Amino acid sequence: MIYLDHAATSLPKPPEVLQAVETALQTYGGAGRGVHEAAMNANRNVFAARAAVASLFGFSPERVAFTANATHSLNLAISGLLGPGDHVISTALEHNSVLRPLYRLQQEGMELSIVPADQNGSLDYEQFERFLQPNTKAVVCTHASNVTGGILDLSFISTFCKTHDLLLIVDAAQTAGILPIDATLDGIDVLCFTGHKGLFGPQGTGGLCIRKGLDISPLIVGGSGTDSYAKTQPEDLPEALEAGTRNGPGIAGLLAGIQFIQRVGIENIKEKTDALRSAFIEGISSLPDIKIYGDQADPHVSIVALNIADIDASFVSHVLADEFGICTRPGAHCAPLAHEALGTKSQGVVRFSFGLTITEADVEAAIEAVHSIAKDH
Amino acid sequence: MKREKTTKLVLTFATMTDAMAADSVLGSELGRIIPVPSEIHAGCGLAWCADPAKEEAIFEKIAAHHLTFEGKHHIALY
Repeated sequence: MIYLDHAATSLPKPPEVLQAVETALQTYGGAGRGVHEAAMNANRNVFAARAAVASLFGFSPERVAFTANATHSLNLAISGLLGPGDHVISTALEHNSVLRPLYRLQQEGMELSIVPADQNGSLDYEQFERFLQPNTKAVVCTHASNVTGGILDLSFISTFCKTHDLLLIVDAAQTAGILPIDATLDGIDVLCFTGHKGLFGPQGTGGLCIRKGLDISPLIVGGSGTDSYAKTQPEDLPEALEAGTRNGPGIAGLLAGIQFIQRVGIENIKEKTDALRSAFIEGISSLPDIKIYGDQADPHVSIVALNIADIDASFVSHVLADEFGICTRPGAHCAPLAHEALGTKSQGVVRFSFGLTITEADVEAAIEAVHSIAKDH
Repeated sequence: MKREKTTKLVLTFATMTDAMAADSVLGSELGRIIPVPSEIHAGCGLAWCADPAKEEAIFEKIAAHHLTFEGKHHIALY
């Protein structure tokens, strides 16, 4: 199997991630639910993971709350900060993890403007200014498109937010662990991340980092390990946003994944995956029937979205898996507006995404497979 | 073995994260995490328990690392 679906979930995980999860499953009790040895094992691991996330993104540990994934984090941030009467600006490159929480609030009376993208998947940045209203409260946007891999101009958006005193909520599902992120430098108020992609953690892990001074209402309430006799959820972060028993084994794996990244170096990982992506594009771009989506002059994460002539993307992805053992992701990728912009609503696109364990031989095999399918067509 | 009460320095915290930050900085030489004794109230169920003779060293580290705690108590504990 050649796994080229790292934008969906990174695979395989580093051995230390597996070991950390196993250790947690055998020796960790419930974090925040006691002080005996097993509970303290869990307490210390959760705190170490919080500190690692904080250090990676430029926050302090008490401003890092763990969730189940980026979707959970985005729902928390969006519903906890925005509501009826507010106006929000988002983009056509968003995943449904951003769009659907926004649409839901729109039904309740929140106003929403979507900055459009062109057929190359590039945003019309001038529209941010034009969409500004007196009640504009926030920009919610992805850091990189999960369809084309195009990286948004966060510097522009951050400056826009700062100039107009708007909150900036960033979906880092495709960039956490893949691009350097510094919340202070990047002007991010809330950073939502998942653990199972670039951070090499297990599925079911994620979180959000919240700048100091910003309060977010919890999505769910319940057991917190603190203030047990209060009828309301404690307000202090991060526990205020972590009702219920945490995913201790998952968080242990996430910590190991972050430590792995810090050991290898984000820059080194990016250099390798960028080279794999470039080699793949170079190998297929001569084919007459290939359409690669996204303006390749712009910076990208290690994603290539393509179609072969007018062949259904799902069929191409199926043939790649069935005949060549190559794993890709076809279809709409939960990003409906991006596909409308790209003109791929009915065909979808085949998404190749490259990870650290991919070899040049794997890329060669993928190039040959695409050539073969195009030739047969 | 008969247990006897002695006076302890007990620091309480608003959150588990504050308690664990203290645990990571202070370490076992300067005390340990205990469940909050029923004599006192705290937001978080975890407290730091130490020999009062180590109070000065503890507060030097608390200041140096900008640790946050909710309350300081001297109480007799087993």
